[in-house]
Amino acid sequence: MEVMLALLVGILYTAGVYMLLRRSILKFIIGIIFMSNATNLLVFISSGLVAGKPAFVNESTLNVSDLADPMPQALVLTAIVIGLGMVVFILALKYKYFEVTGTDDLDQLKQTDSQK
Amino acid sequence: MTQVELPILIPFALAISLLIFNTPKYGRWIGPIGSLAMIVASLYLFTTLQSEGILTLNMGAWEAPFGIVLVIDYLSALMLVVSSFILFAVSLYAVRFLPDDIPLSRFFFFFFTLSMGINGAFITGDVFNLYVWFEVMLISSFVLITMGRKKEQLEGGIKYLALNLIGSMLFLAGLGLLYGKTGTLNMAHLAQILKNDDQAIMMNTSAILFFVAFGIKAAVFPLFFWLPASYHTPNITITALFAGLLTKVGVYTFIRFFTLFFVQDQVFWHNLLLIVAGATMVTGGIAAASYYDTRRILSYHIISQIGYMIMGLGIFTPLAIAGAIYFTMHNMVAKTGTFLAAGMIAKLKGTYQLKEVGGLYKQNPLLAILFIVPAFALAGVPPLSGFFAKFTLIKAGFENGNYIITMVALLTGLLTLYSMIKIWNEAFLKKQPENKKHQDGVALSWPDYVPLALLALVSVLMGVFAATLFSYTFEAANQLIDPTNYIQSVLNNKQP
Repeated sequence: MEVMLALLVGILYTAGVYMLLRRSILKFIIGIIFMSNATNLLVFISSGLVAGKPAFVNESTLNVSDLADPMPQALVLTAIVIGLGMVVFILALKYKYFEVTGTDDLDQLKQTDSQK
Repeated sequence: MTQVELPILIPFALAISLLIFNTPKYGRWIGPIGSLAMIVASLYLFTTLQSEGILTLNMGAWEAPFGIVLVIDYLSALMLVVSSFILFAVSLYAVRFLPDDIPLSRFFFFFFTLSMGINGAFITGDVFNLYVWFEVMLISSFVLITMGRKKEQLEGGIKYLALNLIGSMLFLAGLGLLYGKTGTLNMAHLAQILKNDDQAIMMNTSAILFFVAFGIKAAVFPLFFWLPASYHTPNITITALFAGLLTKVGVYTFIRFFTLFFVQDQVFWHNLLLIVAGATMVTGGIAAASYYDTRRILSYHIISQIGYMIMGLGIFTPLAIAGAIYFTMHNMVAKTGTFLAAGMIAKLKGTYQLKEVGGLYKQNPLLAILFIVPAFALAGVPPLSGFFAKFTLIKAGFENGNYIITMVALLTGLLTLYSMIKIWNEAFLKKQPENKKHQDGVALSWPDYVPLALLALVSVLMGVFAATLFSYTFEAANQLIDPTNYIQSVLNNKQP
């Protein structure tokens, strides 16, 4: 299962980087979403997967092998929420930018780099 | 020590209060007074640190390696004190200089969430918590940078956001791999585990992800491109705030991570840091020399100066790290000061283009004096703070035998001096050009000078009391080079 997920992480990163390098701002945002999901999965599988075991147990369970590591699950929940907020903000920013300039082309973003 | 959370709690409470008192009338008062409260809190924590040693707080009463722990050592405390002064100066400046289309209460809401993120990043002792504070900082800065909603601000915002988001993802990926390898995210615990591990070189895969992530935040070569593309677009108040604080948080995390637990394979990392530092100094310095817009000159200048701080970390002797910390403190003050001065020039003359302004020395000698203090401090002219910062770094470089980087640092000093003198000559000394396109702005009244005067005074005092400050930064450097004390304070902390 770890191998499958590791491959998925790799594919998501590849797809994300490909989308980041496209000219459209919307595709760029999709690339960000892919990469942020790939990162979340990476964090989630970082300490190995434990199938069918609870993350939180009561005090009577003292054997470590009877529980899954709760830490990556907690981390990934936080990261997903933060990632969602970021994507919402960048979508709002893209909408506003489109409203002002009417373009979705990253190559049009030259104004702030040009020598004036 | 519940007081440790004050630097997070105060800005949080102020931000919430601004949601309730949501009119510019209240914002005008809550902003500066709240920032003053942060100065008081950080000075109080600094004095407590001096008498009681490293302060720690286990959040939610979870024992140290399992829960989130807040730690204040000398490095954190010094950063907190300097950043609170900058926040205060910028809050006073915002009241006078923000345009009417940015309501003060809204600006100060994000101002305080940003300062909460910055303070949190300075005092946290947990890697994931640091990530969260980074995101708090980032989302506030995204909103601030696009606040005017003009075309170039949105464009600068997109560039700023794109590269910083990628940086955050690399940070998170590095953090995941780090947890997979060590099973902990508590910085002190990591340091303890890695110190006694003979396979610590396996950490390099995580360390490089952190290196790139912090490199993007700190704007080092070749990851700095978001900074000059976006920093000149928002209102000058916001640029001054970012210039003084954001990249320095990146430098702080560099110093923290690469002294506390990424200390394996030192030859590779220190050489990498030194190469990056040299390239950062030179590219920033040369690019700054080619522009005639004050904001762009100063933006490239931020990059150039980051190189010195990374250089101190790369040399890695107590003297060099003490110098790097002092340099960071001096640079936060002086850099913000020059940006505030640039904003005042623009308010007087209506433009940031140096080719269209002139004659300010005759017109406004007070502004000239207030500009020359932070500008010459940056250039490293003797009685001011920058001289001692550069002198220490260069002395450390020669003592440790890093001759190439030290020569690069010395020569970059000339580039710095050149671009500061360029602003001075063009804006203050030369005659006002006849054919200017922009209308003159409005005259300055006395409250406009207060924030810049405050920072200029801090800059002078940092030079006058350099010996005292160096005793603190040496204490900080010693705590960093030998983290035993830090590890013990965090892991054996007994809750009352």
